[in-house]
Amino acid sequence: MVVGLEVHVQLLTRTKLFCNCSTEFGAPPNANTCPVCLALPGALPVLNEAAVRLAVRAAHALGCEVHGESIFARKNYFYPDLPKGYQISQFDHPLATNGHLLLEGQANDHRIRIHRLHMEEDAGKSIHDRYPGATAIDLNRSGTPLIEIVSEPDLRSAADAGVYLKRLKQILEYLEVSDANMEEGSLRVDANISARERGTSPLGTKTEIKNMNSFHGVERALEAEFARQVELLESGGRVIQQTMLWDAGRGEVRPARSKEESHDYRYFPEPDLPPLRLTSEWLESARSELPELPAARRARFMDSFKLPAYDAEVLTATRALADYYESVVLALGESKVAANWVMGEVLARLKDSGTRIQDFVVMPAQLAALLEMVRDGAVSNSAAKAIFAQMAKSGEDPAAIADREGLRQVDDDAQLVAWIDEVLVAHPDEARRFLAGEKKLLGVLVGEVMKASGGKADPRKVNQLLAKRAGS
Amino acid sequence: MKDNIATLGLQTTCGSRVLRGYVSPYEATAVRKLREAGALLISKTNCDEFAMGSSTENSAYGPTKNPLAPDRVPGGSSGGSAAAVAAGIVRIALGSETGGSVRQPAAFCGVVGVKPTYGRVSRFGLVAFASSLDHIGVFGRSVDDAALGLGVIAGHDPNDATSVDLPVPDYRAAAQESLRGLVIGRPREYFSDALDPRIRARCDEAAESLKAAGAEIRDVSLPHTSLAIPVYYIVAPAEASSNLARFDGVRYGLRLTGDGLRGMYEATRSGGFGPEVTRRILLGTYVLSAGYYEAYYRKAMAIRALIRRDFERAFADGIHVLLTPTAPTTAFPLGAISDPYEMYLSDIFTATANLAGIPGMSVPAGEVDGLPVGVQLLANHFDEYRMFVAAYALERSIAEADA
Repeated sequence: MVVGLEVHVQLLTRTKLFCNCSTEFGAPPNANTCPVCLALPGALPVLNEAAVRLAVRAAHALGCEVHGESIFARKNYFYPDLPKGYQISQFDHPLATNGHLLLEGQANDHRIRIHRLHMEEDAGKSIHDRYPGATAIDLNRSGTPLIEIVSEPDLRSAADAGVYLKRLKQILEYLEVSDANMEEGSLRVDANISARERGTSPLGTKTEIKNMNSFHGVERALEAEFARQVELLESGGRVIQQTMLWDAGRGEVRPARSKEESHDYRYFPEPDLPPLRLTSEWLESARSELPELPAARRARFMDSFKLPAYDAEVLTATRALADYYESVVLALGESKVAANWVMGEVLARLKDSGTRIQDFVVMPAQLAALLEMVRDGAVSNSAAKAIFAQMAKSGEDPAAIADREGLRQVDDDAQLVAWIDEVLVAHPDEARRFLAGEKKLLGVLVGEVMKASGGKADPRKVNQLLAKRAGS
Repeated sequence: MKDNIATLGLQTTCGSRVLRGYVSPYEATAVRKLREAGALLISKTNCDEFAMGSSTENSAYGPTKNPLAPDRVPGGSSGGSAAAVAAGIVRIALGSETGGSVRQPAAFCGVVGVKPTYGRVSRFGLVAFASSLDHIGVFGRSVDDAALGLGVIAGHDPNDATSVDLPVPDYRAAAQESLRGLVIGRPREYFSDALDPRIRARCDEAAESLKAAGAEIRDVSLPHTSLAIPVYYIVAPAEASSNLARFDGVRYGLRLTGDGLRGMYEATRSGGFGPEVTRRILLGTYVLSAGYYEAYYRKAMAIRALIRRDFERAFADGIHVLLTPTAPTTAFPLGAISDPYEMYLSDIFTATANLAGIPGMSVPAGEVDGLPVGVQLLANHFDEYRMFVAAYALERSIAEADA
């Protein structure tokens, strides 16, 4: 299987690519429009510098060569949700070329080359199911900035394609360039796929698959199309270069109607926009804004925090989660316990409540304070879990909860001895045998003391005091 | 105000059926600046449909007549604006130019018409025909009126990425300048044997009068001039085919129903556009098509660069202003030209300035058979001021000759 992916990503700008309209999602239909993005007669595009900055940031992070001059071009076709009758894109002089993305860690054997990265504007939306017999057009999305990232045909399996997309999404999120959410349409994928005999080098005839709505859908569609091509080739047939549509419901691909693909886009340089020129100083300043990327962060977590690869992977899944974890470590001075808690209690809590780490009410310093209480023996591990559950609801400090709920461990000797006496009196038979040297009863008695204390007794100390009683 | 410039409260139809009744919800920058300077906008003026034509006969609302000779055309495509000034209805009118649509009607109607440097006046609100060639221009009864109008509308506009942020001189101050040291070039390619000798004579007289006023006259060569019309009729239709795609019946303007979406497109565009606009859209679509782009559009853009270089060389060699005829003929009778190619040749002396982006203007310089003749002055990019120095002097000498 030979696969190349074309990924469209919506940039997280406040305003559109060529006008000052808001890019906010969810406004009433056609509320976020103006003469420019409605393509009223006489309106002209003006490039949004913030979008260029985000596109360049993505290009830098993908190791691309960013060109000092790139040229916008018109891609001409008629469609009701394309108001100008052309899309402003980039064609033979894109913003950036020759990048790469590593699928696994730092190893170069899984290096997927990026052919090009260019800027373009999004179209509006056609809504076919709102009014019977008519199509409604919502142009709120018209003019939203996109980048298109085109890989070389370097992917060799559906699983690789899945990893590529996951890594790409992660990088874009780290860069704060895009939400990169395929289900919400802020990341869209078209795939080019061909089949050839293992070990042969010429590429087979490719098809393009469109209409995939999730990463999982991409993998399934690639598998289905690959199976179709292989069956065709093995029965002596030929693959025809065409566009296929993925039908997630039926789990199959079918050819698009020929009208949907036979376009001559008549590209030519956009005369309303001068060539985009970026000075080396500007490019350097954009490069200096690059945050630490996921691969580097994974490596650092393994190295500095002595985490296993799996933990590093989980904890760097998003920039916000990695930031959270790192803040806990910083406050606590211990990485492993912090990793266990963040990967365990914190992620479970987020999953149950459907919140994102950035919206989580328990601040890293509060979690660190709780873990410090466990370390110092102020609360037991089980009490800590109870305290955390309350913190996650109220956002209170752990000490306040421990005090109010009486969850602090008691290590006061007098109180502990009182509980021990109480237990020995209540279980005279066991007490006699234990004091006579039957050491295996220690565990049972400690358990009884813990019960008597309502879980508050410090189990280590109870152990010591009981053992002392037995004279050992 | 030419009817392809967006105005609040008045229709903006571009002389086309496809925009009948269309009122823009926003106003062109040039219109806003005029209003802010105290100008009163009294009317929109007729034009060839989407500014495609040289006679104002290609308007869906009927032709405009030349006020000096009502059986003749006013030129075009900004014929309505030229006629309004020539008839004394207004002192200043705005037009637009893609290949000579201000200068040629100014010549035909005996008024002054100025096309500034590309980027000097914002195109925001000018309905696009060919974006890289389109300019807003000014008509005036006198050089001074034109200078006044241009001074108001010139300047950088953040709404037009191709407008240039350079200071705007006081063009009216050019009236006080002497011609001493001004070098005027006479490009021989504009004075071929085919040129009407009577129009040549008016140009020669104009050159003589400027020489008498202190300017130096030099012969120059602009060798790629003859390629301007073929290049123009590739680049302009190519851009037009894309710019006019928005008139699709979906959001505004005319919508005619047909069989499904495609049928609606076909009915609306076939019914909304006249024959000249249709011809240019087809031509432009063809020259941008796969397999033809290299042979036509790319080659035309390469020759366009040579035409620009011709001018750059002349100006680098010390020429300040070029003097040529504005049009090869005087105003012709309504309906006289039916062959599109013959009509295209009306722009033979003016299209070069649009291709090069340099400023140009037409100044009345006498008559032939009782019809006005215009002399064209061209200058280097953003050197409108020196063009006005020559124009004021030419206007004075003509007035003195008449007195």
